[in-house]
Amino acid sequence: MPRLGRPFLALSTTAVSLLALAGCGSSGGDASADGTPAAGGPSSLAGQSITVYSGQHEQTVKALTADFEKRTGISVKLRSGDEAELANQILQEGSASPADVFYAENPPALTVLEEKNLLAPVAPGTLKSVPATDSSPQGGWVGVSARTAAFVTHLGTAADSAPPASVRDLATPAWKGRLGIAPAETDFAPIVTRMIKTDGTDGAKKWLQGLKANAKVYNSNEDLSVAVNSGEVQGGVVDHYYWYRLRDEKTAAGTHSKLHYFTKGDPGALVDISGAGILKSSKHQAAAQAFLAYLDGKDAQQLIAGSQSYEYPLLSGVPGKAELTPLDTIGTVVPVADLGDGKASLQLLQDTGLLQ
Amino acid sequence: MTTPHRAEGLSPLRRWRANGPLSPLAPVAFAVVALVVSPLAFVAVQAAQAGWDQAQRLLGRPVLATLITNTVTLAAAVTFATAVIGFGAAYLTERTDLPGRRWWTVLLALPLAVPEFVRGYSWVSLWPSVHGYWGAVLVMTCSLYPLVMLPVAATLRRTDGAAEEVSRSLGRGPWATLWRVTVPLARPALAGGALLVSLYLLGEYGAFAMLRYTTFATAIFTEYKLGFDAASASLLTSVLVALALLLVGLDAWAGRRGRTTRAGSTGRSAAPAALGRWRLPSLAALAAVVALSLGVPLYALGYWLVKGDSTSLPPASVWSSALTTLGYAVSAALVSTAAAVPVALYGWRRGTWLARSAERAAYLTRALPGIAVALSVVYFAIRYAQPLYQQPPMLVAGYVILFFPLALTAVRAALAQVPPGVEEVARSLGTRPLAVLARVTLPLVLPGLGAAAAMVALTASTELTATLLLRPTGTQTLATQFWVYTSGLAYGAAAPYAALMVLMSVPPVLLLTRRALGSHPTPETPR
Repeated sequence: MPRLGRPFLALSTTAVSLLALAGCGSSGGDASADGTPAAGGPSSLAGQSITVYSGQHEQTVKALTADFEKRTGISVKLRSGDEAELANQILQEGSASPADVFYAENPPALTVLEEKNLLAPVAPGTLKSVPATDSSPQGGWVGVSARTAAFVTHLGTAADSAPPASVRDLATPAWKGRLGIAPAETDFAPIVTRMIKTDGTDGAKKWLQGLKANAKVYNSNEDLSVAVNSGEVQGGVVDHYYWYRLRDEKTAAGTHSKLHYFTKGDPGALVDISGAGILKSSKHQAAAQAFLAYLDGKDAQQLIAGSQSYEYPLLSGVPGKAELTPLDTIGTVVPVADLGDGKASLQLLQDTGLLQ
Repeated sequence: MTTPHRAEGLSPLRRWRANGPLSPLAPVAFAVVALVVSPLAFVAVQAAQAGWDQAQRLLGRPVLATLITNTVTLAAAVTFATAVIGFGAAYLTERTDLPGRRWWTVLLALPLAVPEFVRGYSWVSLWPSVHGYWGAVLVMTCSLYPLVMLPVAATLRRTDGAAEEVSRSLGRGPWATLWRVTVPLARPALAGGALLVSLYLLGEYGAFAMLRYTTFATAIFTEYKLGFDAASASLLTSVLVALALLLVGLDAWAGRRGRTTRAGSTGRSAAPAALGRWRLPSLAALAAVVALSLGVPLYALGYWLVKGDSTSLPPASVWSSALTTLGYAVSAALVSTAAAVPVALYGWRRGTWLARSAERAAYLTRALPGIAVALSVVYFAIRYAQPLYQQPPMLVAGYVILFFPLALTAVRAALAQVPPGVEEVARSLGTRPLAVLARVTLPLVLPGLGAAAAMVALTASTELTATLLLRPTGTQTLATQFWVYTSGLAYGAAAPYAALMVLMSVPPVLLLTRRALGSHPTPETPR
């Protein structure tokens, strides 16, 4: 494991001397109560080690943890996996979980853990650094970055020249046989939840039945993005960053698709949050709080903004990648409270047969 | 030729001492079986937490009937196809004068080392029309037939072909000899391999999802992935367990019909059957199997390497990932094979209802989705083996639980070839039981042990779901690295890892076909 290198040793030595000078131990409370980023940071925590379970883009999280280690002297053990599988793992581990922090892709995975009373409150300072709607209303987890739902189309098709203004349009017969969706993705359920909120359960159900009649169902957003790019279907509902990552892989010459966004205010113009929380069972609460504070600080947010994950930073004053469509022209963040744990949308997806 | 009565001519006292309560075999066998069926206990514990209403809502859905039909019809077709191809491939490479037989064995075994994601994705990306039922039959057949081929090949290699020679000399044609003599000879291996394939299909998810074919396992995954609901998922999984019980019972019933076997301990080999005008069609058939099962995935990997913009020389860490993968695969293979010996031996020596049931119960875990098995290991390890939690032995334990049935099948099939009474004869000559095991029994089943280790090592080296959940934090195998890149759509960067998995499998397969499978000389010269 490369992370315990010489810089770490040097840092921890400095940290130990600092600790002796300051004469303060690590308190169980928040390391940065004022919410200022951990840069240079809570030296009393140097030498500690935290374990992060992450369902996020591994390359980006690796860059983040390396930077955090360098700045704070806290070492991070990173465990990457599928966010749903990691959430299930934490549920089975219960209070014996070795995880200190869970960094998810979508709110439901965090909300489930919060409902099971497994998350500790996030330090108020950290919560304050991002808009209140981006974090759990109960304060069990904090938003870190944003992604948006989008409509990807194959170039030169009817879908591309006349993209749908609303996600509701996709249920009309005009879209029969031209559409792809990936309802088994954790990214899709929030759109359904939003439809339930705006159109009611019956309205959402009718909409899903329409989608079922029209769409080819794919396993994942990755598969769907590739299928649209190769012209297998004219268009599909995906999160925006899949298109950018695919474009990077295929290069401009191999990219035959384009992103469109639903009209602002539409249930499909959905801005969704990736967030992180601290396990109540963590024995390194202060170091874990420092990591969360770091994630929503300027350094990490800039790192996220510049990374190949193509997500939007949440901290105001940190611009997203220039090539991304500005977030405020796409839509507003759906209040996390409206998204819940996704159980209602799951049941509706099952009832309509889009999911088994 | 042989009679099923073992221990004939042995005094009751001797028999009691050899196999009775003093023998440690039974407790060891039961301990192994208890470990490998532990996921069933996990499923039961979780399912019990689902309320009655939840159970009604989940199990009362009409779609479940469709899903069960999808699962069963697929399992039936793929099991049949893998049995035909697996047996055919083993027969051609072991019993005929096919040119380049050893190389064919290697090529035919390699699809086991192709990661599941590559298998499914290569077809879907190259030919979008490959999907649904027939797509799933094609892709699964291509990837699973080695599970039939390897145990059958080991069985055929171990037996000397004299029976076939007798049959031919008595005027039976080659087809009649094949059907009446060779097939029955290979029946235990054939049935075992078919059981492995059919059980696996019950719980398989990833490849089907890519092929847009929904089975019962799809419903289970929905509960885990979107519901975060182990109780509902386990409730549904118990339906799979019921199906698995049915399959295992079917196998027991089929297996009762005669076990006419004979060991090739004469050291004398029969001439291979001459293919004659069937030589070209046989070569073409094997070439087609290799092209579909190995060529297509390798072609896709090459395509990603050439076309992918993320393609770069993998970082130096690729070697440490490769070593890690190798270490875990070998450990899993050794432990699984070692654990399979007492279970198979117990069933073979005793032949009682209890012994046979224990042996068959060990197969049930094979029908569970990988995530259920992995979460079960998490559940038990964190409660009862906390110091080992997320330590290397835990991942090895996960692999052993997942792949034990593979090892058991190969060892069982090999033991079925050993003439009953061999051990008793050795013991009656005064050799101690452990020495009998080391000097008589194990050498007789060596090809089976080799096939067992090969099947487990190759399969474990590409495993992903359990690896992600059970690995020590920070550990990277080739499969997890591959996953990191593909989940970021960086196929070009991912390809070298998959290619390395396949490449790394060549030396062990070669070694096995030389040493273990090849322990028996196969002269092609006329006698």
